[in-house]
Amino acid sequence: MVKVFERPKSLTGKPFHYCPGCTHGIIHRLVAETIDELGIRETTIGVGPVGCSVFIFEYMNLDFQQASHGRAPAVATGVKRVHPGKTVFTYQGDGDLAAIGTAEIVHAAARGERITVIFVNNAIYGMTGGQLAPTTLVGMETTTSPVGRNQETQGSPVRVSEMLSTLDGAGYIARVSVHDPKHIIQAKKAIRKAFANQMSGVGFSLVEVLSTCPTNWGLHPIEATKWLADNLIPYYPLGEFKVPPAPAKAEREVE
Amino acid sequence: MAEMLMKGNEAIGEAAVMAGCRYFFGYPITPQSELPHYMVKRLAEVGGVFLQAESETSAINMCYGAAGAGARVMTSSSSPGISLKLEGISYMAGAELPAVIVNIMRGGPGLGNIQPAQSDYFQATKGGGHGDYNLIVLAPASVQEIVDLTIDAFELADKYRNPVMILGDGVLGQMMEPVEIRELKVNIPEKPWATTGATGRKPNLINSIYIAPEPCEEHNLRLQVKFRQMARENVRYEDYRTDDAEILVVAYGTSARIAKGAIDRAREQGIRVGLVRPVSLWPFPYEHLAEVAQKVTAVLVVEMSAGQMIEDVRLALNGSKPVDFYGRLGGMLPVTSEILREIEKLAKGGRSNG
Repeated sequence: MVKVFERPKSLTGKPFHYCPGCTHGIIHRLVAETIDELGIRETTIGVGPVGCSVFIFEYMNLDFQQASHGRAPAVATGVKRVHPGKTVFTYQGDGDLAAIGTAEIVHAAARGERITVIFVNNAIYGMTGGQLAPTTLVGMETTTSPVGRNQETQGSPVRVSEMLSTLDGAGYIARVSVHDPKHIIQAKKAIRKAFANQMSGVGFSLVEVLSTCPTNWGLHPIEATKWLADNLIPYYPLGEFKVPPAPAKAEREVE
Repeated sequence: MAEMLMKGNEAIGEAAVMAGCRYFFGYPITPQSELPHYMVKRLAEVGGVFLQAESETSAINMCYGAAGAGARVMTSSSSPGISLKLEGISYMAGAELPAVIVNIMRGGPGLGNIQPAQSDYFQATKGGGHGDYNLIVLAPASVQEIVDLTIDAFELADKYRNPVMILGDGVLGQMMEPVEIRELKVNIPEKPWATTGATGRKPNLINSIYIAPEPCEEHNLRLQVKFRQMARENVRYEDYRTDDAEILVVAYGTSARIAKGAIDRAREQGIRVGLVRPVSLWPFPYEHLAEVAQKVTAVLVVEMSAGQMIEDVRLALNGSKPVDFYGRLGGMLPVTSEILREIEKLAKGGRSNG
């Protein structure tokens, strides 16, 4: 009998602690499948965030460092500079990456640090109790915007992928979603590119993954996937914002 | 082996390279900038990595990553920058990562100024960052001692898997003195715990989170055993003219050098005065100080602060002797004549400014 489906070797098999309907589990699996497929489990070092996925190291069957809130890109920089031949990635949420860790992510990208970043954006702080994130949509209710995000006093949500793609050091920037199987397959492709790019020496790669938070959105898991498609994707359009130049194009004369 | 004239800041860098440090993550701040200037050139020569981070916070976290990846690593800053690094230092102590952190102190609080000061003693020796942790804190008083202590700092950091701080000030960082530069045989210990990629072994984890209180207490108790061992094994001090001393001066770093001049002048007047200079500020030489102080009638603490180390001196003496204080603040240096004046007051049975 041929085994056609099994748990990736890059997952430990420990049951995820995530809430029902949370898409962290899917994203963990996509990263693990990618690492398996590229055959780099034993040469990859992950850097975990602070937030709901703080225990990612318990689920990933590879070397890990747990970073302080927002500092994962700096920690990953330290690891990568010591082991330039190894694959180094960070896994960060939107509170971690887009608020407290803004400086670290911007400058890791600007340096063209050869790391891969998996940026999980669910437009809210999950672990601390559903507070307003820099990515929270205008009008969206959170525990610190109980009547909806007020643009006048609380500003507008940050589009991280678009912002980082303006930096020359960024090699690959894409935004994907995991709210349905079709998008999950697309997300996997982007994640694979982001890891493969690092292995081929392309600079900084980031994949922003739109994710659900049924618990803090106050929605049934199925409603949450629909809410994501109807509300997050219009503000956070999917696609590749920056791709490394193809070798042939790079040699073409500049007009 | 060669004798060279070096600035204190540069000597730290050369000593780090001698000790096998190949990774430096920093951020510009006066009065320590000569150190990164030196490291960018020197590390290029030895195939190391110099990286100017976007902030002190990032620099210390790069150290976290590099130390966790198994490297000998250093960062340096001055007072306000060290405040920013404290988050990372606490995480490194929690995750048991070795690194050498240099603080070339300047006047504070806040932005203060860029003149030499010793007002970060509490921050360095009493925690600074959050949680129960300790750093070995070494306070050199000459450029040669900077070299010797920096080399030792790397050894101690690896020995205990804990950050070690070199605590200097703007005078030590900026002044030039001859130093002996020698080839060192460096034996960096194996680091089987480092995240190097889990090739043929179980995954390694660098971590400071223990979400349940029981394991977190267990982790803390284990750290405390280590901190007590660090305290037992690393007490360092220098005695200067203490044999027959009736008055004892206690000072470290630059203040201690200035105090020595005052002691020599007081001795010329027949005042029997000596100095204990703590070299390790953590662990503090409590027992030694108590022993030396038994024979004296008065103790004078001199610091470039409002009086911080004096609390440890008082703890050491435990009320057995009066402890007086003379300090200059905000980047001002005590001068020999001022310290001499205080010693003379004590010699006449009076009290100092304390």
